[in-house]
Amino acid sequence: MNAALDRVGGVYALPVILAIIAFAAIGSASTWVTLTAAGLAMGMMIFLMASGLSLIFGLMDVLNFGHSAFVSFGAFIAASVLAALGVWLAADSVLLNLTALMAAIAAATAFGALAGWGFERVIVKPVYKDHLRQILITMGALIVAEQLLLAIWGGTPIAVARPAFLTGSIIIGDIAIESYRIFALLLGLVVYIAMYFALNRTRIGLLIRAGVENREMVESLGFRIDRLFIGVFMAGSALAAMGGAMWAGYQSLITPALGQELMIIVFIVVIIGGLGSIQGSLLGAILVGLMTNYVAFLFPKLALASNMLLMMAVLLWRPYGLKPAVKG
Amino acid sequence: MSVSSIPATPARRIPVGRMAVYAIVFGIGLCLAFAPFLFKDVRAAEVAARICIFIVLVASYDLLIGYTGIVSFAHTMFFGLGAYGAAIALKAWGPGWDAILIGGGAGVLAALVLAVLIGLLSLRVKAIFFAMVTLAAASVMLVLASQLSDITGGEDGFTYQAPRLFSPAFKLFEDADGKVLRLFEVPLNGKVAAYYFVFLSSFVLFLVMMRIVASPMGTVLQAIRENEMRAEAIGYKVVAYRTAIFCIAAVIAALIGVVRAVWLKYTGPEVALSFHIMIDILLMVVIGGMGTIIGAVIGVVVMSLAQFYLKDLMQVAADATSGFPLLPDLLNPDRWLLWLGVLFILLVYFFPAGIAGTLMKKGSVR
Repeated sequence: MNAALDRVGGVYALPVILAIIAFAAIGSASTWVTLTAAGLAMGMMIFLMASGLSLIFGLMDVLNFGHSAFVSFGAFIAASVLAALGVWLAADSVLLNLTALMAAIAAATAFGALAGWGFERVIVKPVYKDHLRQILITMGALIVAEQLLLAIWGGTPIAVARPAFLTGSIIIGDIAIESYRIFALLLGLVVYIAMYFALNRTRIGLLIRAGVENREMVESLGFRIDRLFIGVFMAGSALAAMGGAMWAGYQSLITPALGQELMIIVFIVVIIGGLGSIQGSLLGAILVGLMTNYVAFLFPKLALASNMLLMMAVLLWRPYGLKPAVKG
Repeated sequence: MSVSSIPATPARRIPVGRMAVYAIVFGIGLCLAFAPFLFKDVRAAEVAARICIFIVLVASYDLLIGYTGIVSFAHTMFFGLGAYGAAIALKAWGPGWDAILIGGGAGVLAALVLAVLIGLLSLRVKAIFFAMVTLAAASVMLVLASQLSDITGGEDGFTYQAPRLFSPAFKLFEDADGKVLRLFEVPLNGKVAAYYFVFLSSFVLFLVMMRIVASPMGTVLQAIRENEMRAEAIGYKVVAYRTAIFCIAAVIAALIGVVRAVWLKYTGPEVALSFHIMIDILLMVVIGGMGTIIGAVIGVVVMSLAQFYLKDLMQVAADATSGFPLLPDLLNPDRWLLWLGVLFILLVYFFPAGIAGTLMKKGSVR
């Protein structure tokens, strides 16, 4: 089975296989295209959140259970910025619309980077290399962050304004695709390509990849790995906040429970993809996104359980995930 | 008879801290044993029963986190399986011991099977990976419980009746007039019987756990926590031991879940499955002291009292600061978890051994 799979592209063929099976099960081409687009868009947003978590783990051997706090804060900050810029959003000019949207995403991302810096200094730094306390402390930080969120924004759901040019759907023949999903898909792709180039074509990327492989060796060659740590932690947190901002626009109604719901999906993605690898995160995110949308359409009650089953199946087949960068 | 002021060997020193911990735990145990006669209002009985149940739950979690170094977030899942098993059977077949036995048994069995599956599947890999897998499994169980509302009552949960022995109208002992017998002014009715059912089951389960950690197996578990490679090299099958203790902890959690379902006569996600319970357990085990088992007693009591009084304190603080921006929101009694979270982080930093662990080191031979 492995040999046959390798011939068609290895584990990267899995989303395609999934899509083909779903096509057979759904039967209607237009529904299938809509669902696939929704799944890909969702996958891309989850990828934003998951890649940071995965990279932080790969480089620093730190699993941040508080990662989803950045997602929630990103979502709520974006919602606040969008609400403040409501006039621009409703305006008839695509330029103003886009400026407002970009301002919201930029604000969330900047907050993510800053908060990530503080988080690394205060919470994570004292407990490097101590997994038990790491899990406990980041979990405690998650509790505190969620309570802060409740104290600042309150417990009621908040409506998120969507820019005028991204409302409605694009209709081709009898296929309808929400335009926000296309935007999410494009943004995710841009970020993935940027990350790919940063990791594979720049000097810092080289150091990060080397650090994932063997931290001590990079250190002994004279590089300041702690600075690298901070940089990666900030970038990962910023990505999570960006994902949260995108998710806020996608959901159009957000509650403080959003972080917890997404954390589970993000964890499943990281487990499926394999810890520490960007490609793995992308693969896992797309698999989970597609799976969620197909199953939600075919068997609505099984939506979240399906991800769990997917995770179990992958773990039985490959205990370290599909594309792990770090073993064990 | 030497009167030397310097002890000949450090081993002669009296372990003051250890004695203090045992004394505190003994005191708490006495209070719990006579709770119906010491605290006479209804609310106190609820709190005492909750403390008993949580002591077992937290101690069983301590078997994992403190003794073996496994971080699991699925402990409430097992607790909930036991509770739901008993509750569903009690609702379907009416109040009877057979319902508790069969339903609770099914719940405990389900917990055991799930524990074996999760254990064998993911205990081979790193602690962090295991934590993630259990978190995912627990949240899926929570979603299932709220979605299968035909069986589980959804978000609201459901109520049912406990066996007649535990109803307040039941007379344990009658006096000459056929009225319920009173002891120290307390009527010996079904409520007292229910409390002692909770207390005795908790006590037995707690003793079982004390026995487990004192057994050779307990020592092996500590060896695995301290140095996994070395334990494996000596010849202990690490995965087998980890899976075994994970299953034992799961079964104990499920059993105490059954007890909780019988005592509360209500089961729902909020009292049996929710993530808040998991956070409570984590806080209690860390506050009490990981790797001590009896730390669980102290942790649960401190947390329960804190939950009670912290809210009052915060209300006062919130009223005092009502003129400032944001501060009243932060000090609102609903945000008590915020301050417990901060306390939790500080504890993990500065007193990772918790109250019991820190005290026990005081004046000990080491």
